[in-house]
Amino acid sequence: MDDSVAEHSRPLRILIADDSDSDRLILKTLLKRLGHEVLDVANGLDAVSVFQREAPDLVLLDALMPVMDGMEAARQIKLLAGERLVPLIFLTSLSEAGALARCLEAGGDDFLGKPYNRIIIEAKIKAFNRMRLMHRTLSDQRDLIRERNRQLTEEQEIAKRVFDNVAHSGCLDASNIRYHASPLSIFNGDVLFASPRPAGGMLIFMGDFTGHGLPAAIGAMPVAEIFYGMANKGFNGQDVLREINQKLKRILPTGMFCCGAMIEADFKLNQLQIWNGGLPDGWLIRTTGELLALPSRHLPLGILAPDQFNADFERVGAAPGDRVLMMTDGFLESADSAGNVFGEQGVTGTLDRLDDGDHPFDAMMSAVHRFTGNFEDGDDLTLCCLEMMDEAGLATLPDRAAPSALAGPAEWRCSYEIRERTLGEFSPLPLLLHICMEVPGLRRKSGEIYTLLAELYNNALEHGVLELPSEWKHSPEGFGRYYAERNRRLANVEGHYIRFTLHHSLKPDGGRLRVICEDSGQGFDFHNHPSVAPGNSPTMSGRYAGRGLLLLKRLAETIRFHEQGNHVEIVYDWQFARTAENRDD
Amino acid sequence: MPIQTRRYDDGQTLVIRIEGRFDFSTHQAFRDAYEHGDPHIRNYIVDLSDTTYLDSSALGMLLLLRDYAGGDSAGIVIENCNNDVRRILSISNFEQLFNIR
Repeated sequence: MDDSVAEHSRPLRILIADDSDSDRLILKTLLKRLGHEVLDVANGLDAVSVFQREAPDLVLLDALMPVMDGMEAARQIKLLAGERLVPLIFLTSLSEAGALARCLEAGGDDFLGKPYNRIIIEAKIKAFNRMRLMHRTLSDQRDLIRERNRQLTEEQEIAKRVFDNVAHSGCLDASNIRYHASPLSIFNGDVLFASPRPAGGMLIFMGDFTGHGLPAAIGAMPVAEIFYGMANKGFNGQDVLREINQKLKRILPTGMFCCGAMIEADFKLNQLQIWNGGLPDGWLIRTTGELLALPSRHLPLGILAPDQFNADFERVGAAPGDRVLMMTDGFLESADSAGNVFGEQGVTGTLDRLDDGDHPFDAMMSAVHRFTGNFEDGDDLTLCCLEMMDEAGLATLPDRAAPSALAGPAEWRCSYEIRERTLGEFSPLPLLLHICMEVPGLRRKSGEIYTLLAELYNNALEHGVLELPSEWKHSPEGFGRYYAERNRRLANVEGHYIRFTLHHSLKPDGGRLRVICEDSGQGFDFHNHPSVAPGNSPTMSGRYAGRGLLLLKRLAETIRFHEQGNHVEIVYDWQFARTAENRDD
Repeated sequence: MPIQTRRYDDGQTLVIRIEGRFDFSTHQAFRDAYEHGDPHIRNYIVDLSDTTYLDSSALGMLLLLRDYAGGDSAGIVIENCNNDVRRILSISNFEQLFNIR
């Protein structure tokens, strides 16, 4: 404020161009008496060159002058001034309207009639000075905003690169995932992560933080770290969700939260588990054309305290080729030029019209483009489609685990037992896998190791401790019954335990991991079991039915049962890199 | 004024009524509506009969009110939602936190 007051009273540099010596002298004296600094010339050409050299604040030009007249000088001076506002007032005794208009067209801002009136001159100079200063303030502010905006964009670009490194270490590029997330979607608060699970299958998380800009982006980092860190170690979707919720509850202010959905795909069991808290309906699109909505059934993440948080997933069977589609509400809010939104009708309409050959992802993207008519406006959205596939396709998943240069422990042994209540509350698999992954030679085999541990553990828990018959899982109704009964029986496991003993030793060409899994269950008659007795093909009955035992047999060197069948021992050998690669086909 | 408040005769219930769009632009007015109230208020009614639209920042503001009113023990009723508003509240499963009628 003080600055501008000073500006207003500061003397101006004024350029006068008039070929009449007497008029010029009168004007010059008058302006000097008002306290201004005056430069004076006698023709247009000199006016232009003095303007260029002295950069005056204001120019008074006679319309008719020799060498170069006022009109031409005005044009050139305005050109030189560029964005700067230099008021240009014509001095004229002309009174014909056409001539006056030409003065303004040439770039003049006003006229002063001859002979001069001191009061009018003073008033006009003040008025034009105010306008000049306001113009300068606005230009300065505009430049400042432009500069700040450039800075912000640059900072966002850097933040985005950091975020990319953290967020996109997963398997979003896998052949069975299609997605759209605008490059700066992180600043809309959208996140999308995907990770292969060590046991096979995939975990996908889509999230949408409240708000926009930096506040919305800031929660994304810890979520990415938790997701990738835990998924790599074999934690399941429930555990990851609980951890994310707890973290966000702690770090986000009340009123900020994250709508999200977690999808856990198991290509072995042909099963999907879904948790949706606050995102629009997801859709399961079966190869048969059947559509199943996957609605939000939970509060968003970061609202409820850990003890109130519900991480129950919905479980649905899904065959290879079935696809799940998830989106953030930016997708539903994509608007056309009249402000109408694509909405749920847009989504269901598109899905209803799907033809056999259409990929739902492509159909959805082109429907929303058609609707908005302008892709730029509709770019604040995230859409992701996951396709179920054959277990065999797992081999193509990218393995991004960075190799470690450290030599890990080679000769070790450990025993870990979980008991009673903990059987229902805690999975020992991530911990056990973590211990095994300390051996660099085993790290490349994390998927196989996890599968071995998981098969042993699940068999010990579900068939050993809980005595659940696996036949139930072979029909859709039985499937539900199996899991309901599993939860019921887990509440009643007094006196039960599962004990793992791991033993690792080096061999000349690699190493050997011996895993013993014992449980407190009844065991089974392995001597007469069709899939244990040599030479027999496995049948679908009893403990270790079907795939479980086959997997163990395929992955391990040997598998042996002891005592009454509740003590299983497997041996897993690995070779140093070159040999090992030859074995991988 | 897009946000109006009135008090029940019992002096313990505050009605907050939001007109038009309930989004970030109403943030300050919404907070003012309950934060400077008198200490006798026990119950809150958020009247959305004239609310045309509600976004996620409004959901956040409702959570702020819930915290202010005592968290899990807060007595808050959200009433008279139109279908669109109701839909947004139910996608986020806010029935679990608020009495919506």
